[in-house]
Amino acid sequence: MTPELGQLALILALMLALAQSILPLLGAWRGNRALMAVARPAASGQAVFVALAFAILVWAFLHFDFSVQYVADNSNLQLPWYYRIAAVWGAHEGSMLLWVLILNVWTVALALFSRQLPEVFLARVLSVLGIISVGFLCFILFTSNPFGRLLPMPADGADLNPVLQDPGMTFHPPVLYMGYVGFSVAFAFSIAALLGGSMEQAWVRWARPWTNAAWAFLSCGIVAGSWWAYAELGWGGWWFWDPVENASFMPWLVGVALIHAQAVTEKRGSLRAWTILLSLFAFSLSLLGTFLVRSGILTSVHAFASDPRRGTYILCFLAFVVGGSLLLYALRAPKVAGGKAFALISRESAILIGNLMFTVAAAMVLLGTLFPLLGDALNLGKISVGPPYFGLLFPLLMLPVVLLLPFGPYLRWGKSDVPALKQVLVRAGMAAAACAIIAAFFVEGQLKAIAGVACAVWVGVGVVLYIVKRWREMPRGRRYPAEMAGMLLAHFGVAIFLIGVLLSESLSVTRDVRMSPGQVAAVGGYEFRFDGVTQTTGPNWVAEQGVVTVTRKGAPIAVMHPQKRTYTHERVQTASAVDPGITRDLYVALGEPMDANHVEGAWALRLYTKPFIRWIWGGGLFMMLGGFVSAADRRFRVKRDAEATQTITTPVQESQA
Amino acid sequence: MSRLLPFFAFVLLAILLGFGIWWNSSHDPTAVPSPLINKPAPAFALPKLDDPAQTVSKESMLGKPYLVNVFASWCFACGEEHPVLMAEAKQLGIPVVGYDYKDEPADAKAWLAQHGNPYDIVITDQSGHTAIDFGVYGAPETFLIDGKGVVRYKRIGPLTPDVIAQQLMPAIAALQKEAP
Repeated sequence: MTPELGQLALILALMLALAQSILPLLGAWRGNRALMAVARPAASGQAVFVALAFAILVWAFLHFDFSVQYVADNSNLQLPWYYRIAAVWGAHEGSMLLWVLILNVWTVALALFSRQLPEVFLARVLSVLGIISVGFLCFILFTSNPFGRLLPMPADGADLNPVLQDPGMTFHPPVLYMGYVGFSVAFAFSIAALLGGSMEQAWVRWARPWTNAAWAFLSCGIVAGSWWAYAELGWGGWWFWDPVENASFMPWLVGVALIHAQAVTEKRGSLRAWTILLSLFAFSLSLLGTFLVRSGILTSVHAFASDPRRGTYILCFLAFVVGGSLLLYALRAPKVAGGKAFALISRESAILIGNLMFTVAAAMVLLGTLFPLLGDALNLGKISVGPPYFGLLFPLLMLPVVLLLPFGPYLRWGKSDVPALKQVLVRAGMAAAACAIIAAFFVEGQLKAIAGVACAVWVGVGVVLYIVKRWREMPRGRRYPAEMAGMLLAHFGVAIFLIGVLLSESLSVTRDVRMSPGQVAAVGGYEFRFDGVTQTTGPNWVAEQGVVTVTRKGAPIAVMHPQKRTYTHERVQTASAVDPGITRDLYVALGEPMDANHVEGAWALRLYTKPFIRWIWGGGLFMMLGGFVSAADRRFRVKRDAEATQTITTPVQESQA
Repeated sequence: MSRLLPFFAFVLLAILLGFGIWWNSSHDPTAVPSPLINKPAPAFALPKLDDPAQTVSKESMLGKPYLVNVFASWCFACGEEHPVLMAEAKQLGIPVVGYDYKDEPADAKAWLAQHGNPYDIVITDQSGHTAIDFGVYGAPETFLIDGKGVVRYKRIGPLTPDVIAQQLMPAIAALQKEAP
């Protein structure tokens, strides 16, 4: 009975979403305040019902309700409770429900913290979010119902995809969705501005923390996904330019551009139309990412079930939302465009160049991702572009960004003078050159590694120079407001990321070896001794566990335990062993036994040393932190604080008296 | 006018995506030409399901054409294909070898007992190693092998009455015409 309640809750949520999307929009058009006032309660009510549906699905998983098809497909009696909760979003239907839930969380947060926005504007914003919600709720109810029954009820279920049975994977999707869905706020703002035919700087200021937070969540989700791919898949890589990875990377790239463009629009009023267009792009790419993953038109290692009916639905929804918003942009943008002019050498110009690079990079990734489809369409045969295409073009597009980055904070709005920039150029440039020369002695002529050190020092020193300048010139307390601290953190993260990528790419050593127990293999200055394979068990798997003892010039470093797990239903999953370090990771993946009947004999193993690879995720975390810190700037909340003080003045005075 | 550019770009993109959906539903995305067509089938020697002591090898099958049908009790699409084989296998006029892929013998026997056995011989490949030589993507798959041990036709995915009538039967007829 309970699962049907879940479905009923979704239907009620859909009704409220319809009310939320239609009535306030009508109200804003006709100037009817009663209709506009529907938005808030409808949004809250919808959130309650969606949360209820989600809770019912969680409950079904926790109580092994295998009469629900989705539960039976993705869990079984042996699965530990924490993975049963993660299984809720482990496959298509549940992850769509999570998507809607998170959309509702953002909408309610927006409804709560938006008292200072003009009534008409807010009504339009909430109504746009309602329309998106209607689209996804219909998608769930008509094509992907998580509450469908399976009768007769099986005694035990199948299994959650073992690939997903990993701590990193439990929070990767929710965090990623926080990012995807978070861009819907900037999107709704832009649509509301286009509908209203004006865009005030104050609204952009108000939208900025939401965009920054969404982008920070997206960064965190991508880092978690990349880390998981590295630790779990046993390929030793951290990024594969896989269609599904690209799907999350494109909104991230446009998000970077959007964050910067919003800063320009808020502070100077310039680039208004561009900021609106970028908000439309960021959320459209989030939707497109969902489409690419769910429709199955691109094959990928992320094996989600695909279904042409779902693909057709999402395409229609995409055409309505994205096509409609871009058409609206074409018609209304001239009304909202405008702003101050700026000189060639100014902060606006630098941001605009960076913006173009990031947008082109996103377009490049989109083209590469859709290339196999183009191949079919233009009858060029089965073709696809892989890492060589992305690996060549992406660094090329990002090079100008890296070169411009240290100048950013020094550039003034409107028009900048050149001498201050020369100083940065000389200091950061000399530091980069000096470090590159020193590095050349250590990396045996690896040009990529030398370039990595030079770029990272160039960016890092540029950021540090600015930190020092602020420290000297500004009075205490006004040196690093949160917005600026966030910017500095994120930019410094770029330096760390550059070190990680370029050094680990160029200096990593990989060896595929066949080892008998007792045998030693030398990789990258470390000796790996294989001590055979033992049996071990987990809550719902049995594993063959290799024992590999690592030494360096005889001194013990680590004992590593790579596993080859067999989950219920005979699904095999590797679990690599990683010995982490600041300057290097040691990484061992267990392959196959040479002779299946003699597991105590020789095995195929893959051994890696990966210098500085951890810095990749470190850099990503710095960027994430930067996003959150700058979202927390008080400046973005000032008006609300003032208003809040007004309303609570009386009780405070009473308590003081 | 330039403000319409993003919209037009999106229209092109939407057309491409729509094409992708149409292409994937009308074309078989698994229709990758097999490198094995018109090449000798890989050597194999696999135990029979009902009598593991006996093995069936490529050599023992030489001399007349036969069909190899890869199936497994765990394979959902095989269940869809099965009634088609039950109805039409005997009309093909050549031996049909069931190739039980990565399966427990007990499960496979129970499955055949429940749904019927359309095969003349059933061999088992529990480890799946030989299937790698055959380039098996997943069950079900079907190979037509001629009397000289050369693969002449391959189908990825379930056999349907249409596929049998339009592709498999002509291929078998061509083989029998060749034979002296």
